[in-house]
Amino acid sequence: MTTVIRATTLGKRYELGRGRAIRKDRTLRESLMEGAGEMVRGLRAGAARVEEREFWALRDVSFEIAHGEAVGVIGGNGAGKSTLLKLLSRVTAPTTGRCEIRGRVGSLLEVGTGFHPDLTGRENVFLNGAILGMRQREIARKFDEIVAFAEVEQFIDTQVKRYSSGMYLRLAFSVAAHLEPEVLLVDEVLAVGDAAFQKKCLGKMGDVAAAGRTVLFVSHNMDAVQRLCARAMLVDRGRIAADGDSRDITARYVLHGTPSRGPDQRLDLAEAARSGTGDVRFVAVSYRCIGGGAARAPLPDAPIEFDLELDAERRLSLGSLAVVISDRRGTKLVNADTVALGAVIPLDAGRNRVRVGIDALHLKPGSYVVGLWAADGLGTAYDFVERALELEVASDAPQALGVTPRSNGLVTCRFTASRLPPNGS
Amino acid sequence: MTAPRDLPSAEPTALTEPGATASDDGGASTRWVVIEPPSGWLHLGLRELWEHRELVYFLTWRDIKVRYKQTALGAAWAILQPLSTMIVFSLFFGRLAKVPSEGVPYPLFTLAALVPWTFFANGLTQSANSVVTNQNLVTKIYFPRLAIPIATVLAGALDFALAFALLLGLMLSYGTPLTPRVFWVVPLSLLALVAALGVGFWLAALNVQYRDVRYTVPFLAQLWLFATPIAYPSSLLSEPWRTVYGLNPMAGVVEGFRWALLGTSGAPGPMLVASSVAALVVALSGALYFRRMEQTFADIV
Repeated sequence: MTTVIRATTLGKRYELGRGRAIRKDRTLRESLMEGAGEMVRGLRAGAARVEEREFWALRDVSFEIAHGEAVGVIGGNGAGKSTLLKLLSRVTAPTTGRCEIRGRVGSLLEVGTGFHPDLTGRENVFLNGAILGMRQREIARKFDEIVAFAEVEQFIDTQVKRYSSGMYLRLAFSVAAHLEPEVLLVDEVLAVGDAAFQKKCLGKMGDVAAAGRTVLFVSHNMDAVQRLCARAMLVDRGRIAADGDSRDITARYVLHGTPSRGPDQRLDLAEAARSGTGDVRFVAVSYRCIGGGAARAPLPDAPIEFDLELDAERRLSLGSLAVVISDRRGTKLVNADTVALGAVIPLDAGRNRVRVGIDALHLKPGSYVVGLWAADGLGTAYDFVERALELEVASDAPQALGVTPRSNGLVTCRFTASRLPPNGS
Repeated sequence: MTAPRDLPSAEPTALTEPGATASDDGGASTRWVVIEPPSGWLHLGLRELWEHRELVYFLTWRDIKVRYKQTALGAAWAILQPLSTMIVFSLFFGRLAKVPSEGVPYPLFTLAALVPWTFFANGLTQSANSVVTNQNLVTKIYFPRLAIPIATVLAGALDFALAFALLLGLMLSYGTPLTPRVFWVVPLSLLALVAALGVGFWLAALNVQYRDVRYTVPFLAQLWLFATPIAYPSSLLSEPWRTVYGLNPMAGVVEGFRWALLGTSGAPGPMLVASSVAALVVALSGALYFRRMEQTFADIV
């Protein structure tokens, strides 16, 4: 067994704007002004401020992976899994530590990176292949195989903007799947496409692993991790919390990894990553599903209540208080924002409690991320906790026949169907 | 970033069995890739860039293909831009202001300069935005980042060739003979390419961090146009100053084009040397600055 990846005390630090999330675009003027401001403040307050602005997405991560191993990387949202893959794939440089990788690295951080909508399927296969690091000859040799795997033979000379999203994803995955690197890094790409295609993708990944290549696989799909990988690493808050047999690690993650997701438990938010002015701070949150059965777990179409505890610096009123629910990929699905109600919520100085009720969730079973937002009437954020907790919507299938449509929708609804008399009146 | 949760242990616990540390099985064929924090020591990474030459080719090809697919006029753009500028310059500078043109018909005089200039200016403008435009690649996949501005500038070569054909056509209609000096156009075009790359590297890297660079670029291109002897001859300057003027790399390129194609007064030798040195300095420093900044592209773009 030879080592293929050796990471020693890898760390990645991001700098946060003062009390704000990382700003994407800065102008030169802002930079100059801020720089000048920093100098003045630095003179007054010393270097204490610097610490606050740092955030370690990954810290002191060390591990070794041997040739031919398939390793699953699991953990909650923002735990550092994706940062780890970005470091290993060299998209971004580490702040500390060192990592050695032997051989060609193929990374699939996203399906279809570099696909251009105006180019045809054929053109995109070559372009995408080159971006992923394949030689032209290699792509030409595997071209038929790639197209056949994606099942888009008829449309290969059509611009991909005319493709259905399924076709697009299949072609994109297919190109990547035919890359033959010694080390393959995969991030959550199996979460795309319909069930049949997911199965096919998993099969292909299994082949890659079986062919003796090293695979590092980030996923929320515990089932897939167990099937593909003998070993798993659990990443939590930027560190490797556990490393070992994938069955043990996934079980541990599911059982203990996210105690916060249970209903009726008060979750302390003191250490949550946040942005905003800090005039108001979310201190804790709890939720329950009314009529959600014995466990009070959230169900697809059931009502849910969030109890929020907030600390206010002074008496003020919130023009906008919101509970935001996103899927695991960060797509915002629900934004229950009081600004839409036109309701202003007055807060006293000190501890306040507010309840936000949602009549029906309309989310299909799965895990979601809940964010909390408090702002004044003009939209200045007092506090924004982007990932306050993970919400697991349980399946209420037992109440029905328990069959899920093969290609399910994004949201759920209550519906009925009944037969009408012919030539209905 | 994460929902706080209480894990039984928050420390890195189990590593792999210590026995698995032996790394060398004599396989010299596979390379070790070492990932480390950026150090102060810089190098251009030209070898790696060379290994990714096919990627540069495909990115260039993509830029050309997409541009010609999306525009209504397609290839006509390549000709329209220098042609319309030539007409305006001929009317105002040639006819009205009677700017001297070294005995060459003014339209020819200015077009011979506008053709390489347009290549340079477009290359500069587009490469300045290139990294930001390609941020989906930059944040998701590793490859030598220099490939992006290089491909963007190279994609302008087709437009340049078309515009050059227009120039040859105009020379034909004025009955200007081609001499063997025409082959100087090749190194002169390379000089324009190097200059465009150099400025492009600087602006592309700066643009990632400071978005107002984007608004500065058209302004910069316009100023540079008038700081280059396009509407007027550099022979308006007396000698020591003419060579100093060559520190604007495009001054040398433009005067070189006129000399090679139109046979205007003596070879701009000293000026070309100054221009070549200036272009190389800008390109080298630009590439080094770009390499230094690229470590953080994915984090801030």
